[in-house]
Amino acid sequence: MEFKNPEQENERFRHRLLIAGGFVLLAFSALFGRFFWLQVVQHDYYQTRAEDNRISLVPILPNRGLILDRNGVIMARNYSAYTLEITPSRVADLDTMIDSLAQVIEIRMKDRKRFRKLLEESKNFESLPIRTRLSDDEVARFIANRYRFPGVDIKARLFRQYPYVESASHLLGYIGRINDNDIERIEDKEAEDNYRGTEHIGKTGVEQKYEFDLHGQTGFEQVEVDAGGHAVRLLSRIPPVAGNNLTLTVDSKLQAVVEQAFGDRRGALVAIEPSTGGILALVSMPGFDPNLFVDGIDSQNWDALNTSLDKPMVNRALSGGYPPGSTFKPYMALAALELGKRTPQQTIFDPGYYNFGGHQFRDDKKGGHGTVDMYKSIVESCDTYYYMLANDLGIDNIAAFMGQFGFGSRTGIDIEGESQGVLPSPAWKKKRFKRPEQQRWYAGETISIGIGQGYNTYTPIQLAQAVATLANNGIMYRPHVVKFITDTRTGVVTPIEPRPLRTIPLKPQNIEFIKQAMIGVNKEGTGARAFAGAEYVSAGKTGTAQMFSLKGEKYTEGRVKERLRDHALFIAFAPADQPKIALAVLVENGGFGAQAAAPIARQVFDYYLLGKLPHAPAPTDDTEEEEDVPDAPPPNPLPDDKVIVR
Amino acid sequence: MNIRHLWQRLVAPLDPPLMLISGLLLAYALLAVSSASSDRIGAQILNMLVALTVMCLASQTSPQKLMRFALPIFAFGMLLLIAVALFGDISKGARRWLNLGFMRIQPSEIMKIAMPLMLAWYFQKHETHLRLREYAVAALILLVPVALIARQPDLGTAILVLAAGFYVIFFAGLPWLVIIGIVAAAAAATPMTWSLLHDYQRNRILTLFNPEADPLGKGFHIIQSTIAIGSGGILGKGWGQGTQAQLEFIPERHTDFIFAVLSEEFGLIGNTLLLVLYVLLIGRSMMIAANAPTLFTRLLAGSITMIFFTYAFVNMGMVSGILPVVGVPLPFISYGGTALVTLFLGIGILMSIHKHRMLVRK
Repeated sequence: MEFKNPEQENERFRHRLLIAGGFVLLAFSALFGRFFWLQVVQHDYYQTRAEDNRISLVPILPNRGLILDRNGVIMARNYSAYTLEITPSRVADLDTMIDSLAQVIEIRMKDRKRFRKLLEESKNFESLPIRTRLSDDEVARFIANRYRFPGVDIKARLFRQYPYVESASHLLGYIGRINDNDIERIEDKEAEDNYRGTEHIGKTGVEQKYEFDLHGQTGFEQVEVDAGGHAVRLLSRIPPVAGNNLTLTVDSKLQAVVEQAFGDRRGALVAIEPSTGGILALVSMPGFDPNLFVDGIDSQNWDALNTSLDKPMVNRALSGGYPPGSTFKPYMALAALELGKRTPQQTIFDPGYYNFGGHQFRDDKKGGHGTVDMYKSIVESCDTYYYMLANDLGIDNIAAFMGQFGFGSRTGIDIEGESQGVLPSPAWKKKRFKRPEQQRWYAGETISIGIGQGYNTYTPIQLAQAVATLANNGIMYRPHVVKFITDTRTGVVTPIEPRPLRTIPLKPQNIEFIKQAMIGVNKEGTGARAFAGAEYVSAGKTGTAQMFSLKGEKYTEGRVKERLRDHALFIAFAPADQPKIALAVLVENGGFGAQAAAPIARQVFDYYLLGKLPHAPAPTDDTEEEEDVPDAPPPNPLPDDKVIVR
Repeated sequence: MNIRHLWQRLVAPLDPPLMLISGLLLAYALLAVSSASSDRIGAQILNMLVALTVMCLASQTSPQKLMRFALPIFAFGMLLLIAVALFGDISKGARRWLNLGFMRIQPSEIMKIAMPLMLAWYFQKHETHLRLREYAVAALILLVPVALIARQPDLGTAILVLAAGFYVIFFAGLPWLVIIGIVAAAAAATPMTWSLLHDYQRNRILTLFNPEADPLGKGFHIIQSTIAIGSGGILGKGWGQGTQAQLEFIPERHTDFIFAVLSEEFGLIGNTLLLVLYVLLIGRSMMIAANAPTLFTRLLAGSITMIFFTYAFVNMGMVSGILPVVGVPLPFISYGGTALVTLFLGIGILMSIHKHRMLVRK
């Protein structure tokens, strides 16, 4: 290259400088464009995102509504207790932290296990309890050491408490931590917002059925938070609204009387106010402690409850299916009267058996009851009378008539878990079985239906509803446990109106006759012993039945032997002329209804009508006594055993 | 008399327009730092005083003297870079610091000024016979330290040093053909460069394209800073009122991401003002470069000018989400002494060049 002219050189430099300047302006224009885009065009979007960053909605849980009995006695309440909670997202090494925490506050293996379980189930950044119900001393000790445990806090939380422990446990149910099924339930109700922050939900019983009444309205605090999630200041607050209180139709003291009367026997009792359908007592024995479920049941208790032969978690009153035994007879008799198949005066002769299709259906009384009219058939519980009657009525008539009383259909009580039971009919059998020879209805099968055996399977609530309907002269109500709902804020009371489901068209004189016969049962018949000396007139009917499910179990000594005994049943109402209470009792493997079940009914009536408390617990001894007239065991109680007629 | 004389000497080289513009920038910086991190305001004022002192000293140093220093300073810088590579302290996963026992220094910072000095000196020396060979040597002088810095790794400083050197070579008249060739080659080499990058560097680039892919992790910085900028709107939320800034959603909010704080609190108006100040600074610096008497001073002034631009563009580009996140502060505004001293050293040199524009020519 030749020698360059400095001027020319300078010119080129200035040229390049100009290009650089142009580039600078271009680049800055691009930046300006970007700023314009973000700050003007997209401003609203980023404004919203900045607000979302800044503002956090903290739910404030409402107090759950109380559950009270008909007299205002609190059956489920809340109490505030301190819990020690860990926010896992703020703790680097959980195990080490819990170890050192355990040096300050007692943390048992059980607590650790439960915490682990909660940790697996938890989703977001919520804090989880490691210890519940801290004592004041423990709270003080933790606060003194708080600086050592970032991410650990003491919180005051409301806990559910069932003060009567096992009493009415199946009725009240319990609350537990929300799981996936519950979330679905909440979503179905579109109540997700209201359940933000809520950790517990009703799982069974009234707690479950009335969940959305009890829960209340969640309040919210708008809090300004920094990037670390720490609240900086409160912006606004919408206070929570406490859940509604429920007042039950149930009498908690009556409930306790029943439970005491049962003692350690298994069974169920449902007592109904006939004029409203309100449940006065609903007992399934044994019960369980619903308090165990509130802050997460530990595995030991859970296993114990679920593996027990006594099946305490099963609500026998609603889901247990039992043959009604002889408690079916008054309805059979009523059917005969209504359909004109019998008159009260018409008699039969009972030689102690009834022959049909080459098979002998035996009466429980050897030698028979002799000449029997309708009154005697109920009072003495004569089987032969009903074998014949069942044959005369025919299965279709029986099914149609019994259906009116609610046998074999859910009553619609306001507690989940009701079974349907079985009202046997040819149509039912056709649906129930697959093979054609099984689907056929055999005339012999009708015979045992007449004494409440055979395919007959009903729940205690159905038995109670039927007897309440009978007591109420055929006017049927839906059984219900909640009497009214009280809005805790406004005090407005919403009653659950008793509205008749239907009125069964029955002739008054027929009802009167059946009632008289049932009065006779308690006066001079199978219930007379239990009701001796009663200061009121009551009507009843005993029954004894075998439970299907126990067939096939090995007959061995000890407990299992006891479990093969017959179930004792009793239906009753009182006072007979103006019934205030109607009930059905079932004592599993109790033996004879007159002996095991009727005395419980006596205690219930004594308390409810006279306020008398029983002085001694009900006898559990079951030696046979002559006065008792037990029902005959069914010839073939199993639905799949088709060889009834031989 | 004596004091007055001294004052005269001190003030004489100070260029009023540059003083005004940088003074306004520093005022803006005080606003920004006091909002982002008010307890650092005292320390930053001290940093500013140190930087202004350095500017005065530089403005007193004639270009001839600077030329004499060019090679020794560069050699010294290289030595330190090699020392860092061998015995440097590791901090935050990068080997950037050299522990001298009484203080820790970051030698890569020296290169930001030493590099243009060196290259300008080199071109001045070969002014009469600039051929491709000279450009190639210049490229070598540039790339070796850049490679050392990039390996520390310190991508931000490496880019700034590379840019500073490239501007010198560009202003020295690197033929357009070669420039186009380099651009083409760089584009072709992108896949290879990609494989040479560290994981975190790759992640930063990936994050740029899709910050929402990892909103709580690597994308957090960019997302939060763009939210801050966007939510600032036209007028801003007001000084000290930026929720993103005050509630600590903006990371590094007093240093590299301070622009997000300004944008949120002063809005588009504030951003425009800042851009205008930078344009004025660059414009004035370009005037000085255009009037510089020798090749050395022209190249040096031109390069310093463009360093100002590069700092500003890379920082604002990264904070607003159009460039990958690299550790480049917002010039004159970000908290911290090192960058401020470097920048005012540049301003001092510009002032010196401006003052001596006539003396040499005569």
